[in-house]
Amino acid sequence: MLELAMGIMLGLLGLGAGCAMIAGIGPGIGEGNAVAKACEAIGRQPECKSDVTSTMIMGCAIAETTGLYGLIVAILLIFVAPGTFTGILKEAIK
Amino acid sequence: MVDYALIAMMILPILACVVLKVLFTPQSEGVAIAGALVFWKSTAELTPTTFYISESQVNTWAVMISILGLCLYLTHGLTTKAMCKRQLVAEWIVEKSEKLVKDNMGGFFAQWGPFITAIMALSAFSSLICLVGLFSPTGDVNVTFGWAILVFFLIMYFKFRGGFWKYFIGLFKPIPVFAPMNLIGEFATPVSMAFRHYGNILSGAVIAALIGSALTGLSNSLLGWLPGVFAQMPLLRVGLPAVLSVYFDVFSGVMQAFIFAMLTMLNIAGGVPWEDWNARRVKHNKPALTND
Repeated sequence: MLELAMGIMLGLLGLGAGCAMIAGIGPGIGEGNAVAKACEAIGRQPECKSDVTSTMIMGCAIAETTGLYGLIVAILLIFVAPGTFTGILKEAIK
Repeated sequence: MVDYALIAMMILPILACVVLKVLFTPQSEGVAIAGALVFWKSTAELTPTTFYISESQVNTWAVMISILGLCLYLTHGLTTKAMCKRQLVAEWIVEKSEKLVKDNMGGFFAQWGPFITAIMALSAFSSLICLVGLFSPTGDVNVTFGWAILVFFLIMYFKFRGGFWKYFIGLFKPIPVFAPMNLIGEFATPVSMAFRHYGNILSGAVIAALIGSALTGLSNSLLGWLPGVFAQMPLLRVGLPAVLSVYFDVFSGVMQAFIFAMLTMLNIAGGVPWEDWNARRVKHNKPALTND
């Protein structure tokens, strides 16, 4: 009984971590747009290259935040949640 | 003579950390993805939690001592006539940091250069310490949260300069329904700063560990027929992890340090209510301030 419950729990935690990383789509699209526009801007005004590049990297780093939240949720689900939930399961089954 | 002592001050703490890590790492099979090692745990029951001295704290102390040694080494024996390379490097760092702070924060904050540079140097060297095989303190959420809370207090200090009541009223703009969202927005700043730094460094460490274990398995299955001790060696792990480390450890670590310092500057300088502050100063018979 405990083995079955543990197996279901670990499988669902893995699935949840995978689903959490769907959050990576948004920053990918957003950063792609940002870099495309930065390339256009550099093509139009090559003398502003350093300013545009630093601003773009700054913006990319900020746009990355939502993806990193998803990553942190996934890491918590894989590394931290099994320990917590195993204790709860053992208590519940006993 | 002093130079050699200062160079030893830069290198010895890192070596001591490596020795500590070797002594405390438990034996394990394969590649383990674990957090910071715990060197010492308080036996007394402290509330609300037990007190730990972990690898991230000790490595941060080592980095702090190393940076102090580096600063003393760079500024040791400054002259006005005979220029040496060391002095030119020190002057370049000071000029760059002052220019960066003045460009991004305005003239009023021009003397904040040392603080911003200290944050940037601590963050960058903490991330780069994983190049010698140590645990990056920035890969521990407690460390980055500590820095973010420090920055949060500074932001709040400058936001309250216009008067607490003005700040409180500002939360209810443009309509009172937005008050909870504005309040969450205030607290989201340090949380997002801490999680951004921590997530970037930790994801690099996790990917490096995964690739290391994958290459070990691959070389065990492909090169297992080699005679003698070569069969046990993960030969495919030579090379590729180092190339990835250039991005995940060096570029990402330095980039995140720059971004943390940049967000610190923008958040502190962007939140100052100049009009309200100057109105208060004029009321108390003090000269008005400008930011240029």
